[in-house]
Amino acid sequence: MEQSKKSTKIKETAGERIFTGVVYAILILFCAIIVFPLLHIISGSFSDPMALLRGEISFWPKGFTFSMYEKVFKDASIWQGYGNTILYTVLGTCISVALTACAAYPLSRKDFYGRNLFMGLFVFTMFFTGGMIPTFLIVQRLNLLNTIWAMVLPTAVSTYNLIIMRTFFESTIPFELVESASLDGCNDIVIFFRIVLPLSGPILAVMVLFYGVGLWNSWFPALLYLKDRAMYPLQMVLREVLIQSDISNMAGSSGDVEIIGDGLKYATMVVATLPIMCLYPFLQKYFVKGVMIGAVKG
Amino acid sequence: MKTAVSTQTGASRAGSAGRLSHAGKRIWTSRYLYLLILPTLIWYIIFMYAPLYGAQIAFRDFMPALGITGGKWVGFKYFIQFFQSEYFGRLIKNTLGISVYSIVVGFPIPVILALLMNEVRGRFFKKSVQTIVYMPHFISAVVVVSLINAMLSPSNGLFNQIIQLFGGSPIHFMAEPRYFKTVYVLSDIWQSAGYGSIVYLAALTSIDPSLYEAATVDGASKWKKLLHITLPCILPTIMTMLILRMGSIFTVGYEKIMLMYNPATYETADVISTYVYRRAFEGGEYSFSAAIGLFNSIINFIVIIVFNKISKRISEVSLW
Repeated sequence: MEQSKKSTKIKETAGERIFTGVVYAILILFCAIIVFPLLHIISGSFSDPMALLRGEISFWPKGFTFSMYEKVFKDASIWQGYGNTILYTVLGTCISVALTACAAYPLSRKDFYGRNLFMGLFVFTMFFTGGMIPTFLIVQRLNLLNTIWAMVLPTAVSTYNLIIMRTFFESTIPFELVESASLDGCNDIVIFFRIVLPLSGPILAVMVLFYGVGLWNSWFPALLYLKDRAMYPLQMVLREVLIQSDISNMAGSSGDVEIIGDGLKYATMVVATLPIMCLYPFLQKYFVKGVMIGAVKG
Repeated sequence: MKTAVSTQTGASRAGSAGRLSHAGKRIWTSRYLYLLILPTLIWYIIFMYAPLYGAQIAFRDFMPALGITGGKWVGFKYFIQFFQSEYFGRLIKNTLGISVYSIVVGFPIPVILALLMNEVRGRFFKKSVQTIVYMPHFISAVVVVSLINAMLSPSNGLFNQIIQLFGGSPIHFMAEPRYFKTVYVLSDIWQSAGYGSIVYLAALTSIDPSLYEAATVDGASKWKKLLHITLPCILPTIMTMLILRMGSIFTVGYEKIMLMYNPATYETADVISTYVYRRAFEGGEYSFSAAIGLFNSIINFIVIIVFNKISKRISEVSLW
């Protein structure tokens, strides 16, 4: 093995070595482009706001301080937003995964009468929808406006995720297993909960993460459907603080908004993004797996 | 052959009642599966098909008090109003402009990224690169847009510092219409190119290694192998992704635009969906907005069918 490795190395021509060098160089450059803005924000959030204002911060904090974070952590609306987002994400993910799994399983069964009809009905909505306004009117008619249900129901099912899950069931649950269970007198619902779901851990993880991240990061449904500010999810609070620069509350009486504004914003961005950034490397394989199953039959 | 056909028709004539009961039997055996799918079916009816039914307000004078079917039928009045409005041309131009820009500049990048990552042999390096390039996908649109604002700030943004370093004067990127599309497209690449490469990496792992071995024996260089083995093998995936991307050429993600634009940049930033939002929720013109939305849906539908046809003809790749 070692021998063969060496021999290929010797065979590698100068041209090939340049090729490999260029590949690594481009990848490192791309990673740098992604990392630098994030580093800049993080260093800015830990820096003296005056230095930040003067544009002295590049990728390293200057005049190290936690004061921006203290102000952000004291802000009640950020915490309220966090609480609401956690609530919407947990509830929404449960509903979404349940609805998706319960539909994906019958659609994966070749002996399910009407399979193509249902599939067609669902897939059609990927290509043709009523649009934003009629959907809003329906949500309004159902008296869901300004309720928690408006945050979790209108976007509950993603047909794309449903197809991914169906593909998983089709390829991993052997039909013989289902057949023998039904010969033993189990009906399809029992089979689904007792046999299929316990075998579907990985795909359930994928679904939880796909829906969970989507819900965590969403702000537009809140803009459409919520009036009550106390119900705003984190992203809506962030929108006010970061995009509309409504930071007087957070700055309080102590500081000049003009001076500490950017520092506060940077710290808010870090506080809002850090949980997902810390969790993501551990969950990465599930996302990759989900996309790969989706790619098999898009 | 003939007898087979005649017996078949004979059987179907004799047993049409039998076949009906056969269908009934199959429905009966699937009864628990119907029960499983029922909640989701109801969801689709309420949140997908009811809005489709509600889209008829595009043809009516919608009054909130009268409900969806209560307004007077006005036919294509609002469509015509939209086609004749001064905004029609601008919206189509901006929507298509942003889409085409992002396809031309952005579509090849995930493919290239996947090909590059596929050449990397070191496992640790590969894993690290993957973790970094997928990361921005998980940052919310609100944070990404404020990141853009921070980087492009005319007073202390990194870009303007670099411009000043080279003796230029600071540019207020987010307030100047001519920079909007570029900022939108490039930041989109920053956020999603890495994640987009996963699909192609999946396709790359399924290539038969013996193809490469054979090529190595024949003395093919890495570059030649890339060109003659790797690329042809992932072409179907590239084509599928391209049809899907082309199919949404009249859809631009309004969530990010709504966070990025301001009245100063409407001229180049306003797309169909953002205009629909403003006319409905800031102007209260539900019927007019619904008409634009429906027009957009129909165009999208036609476009995806056309691109699917074209792709079927030239590369035998089809979505359905």
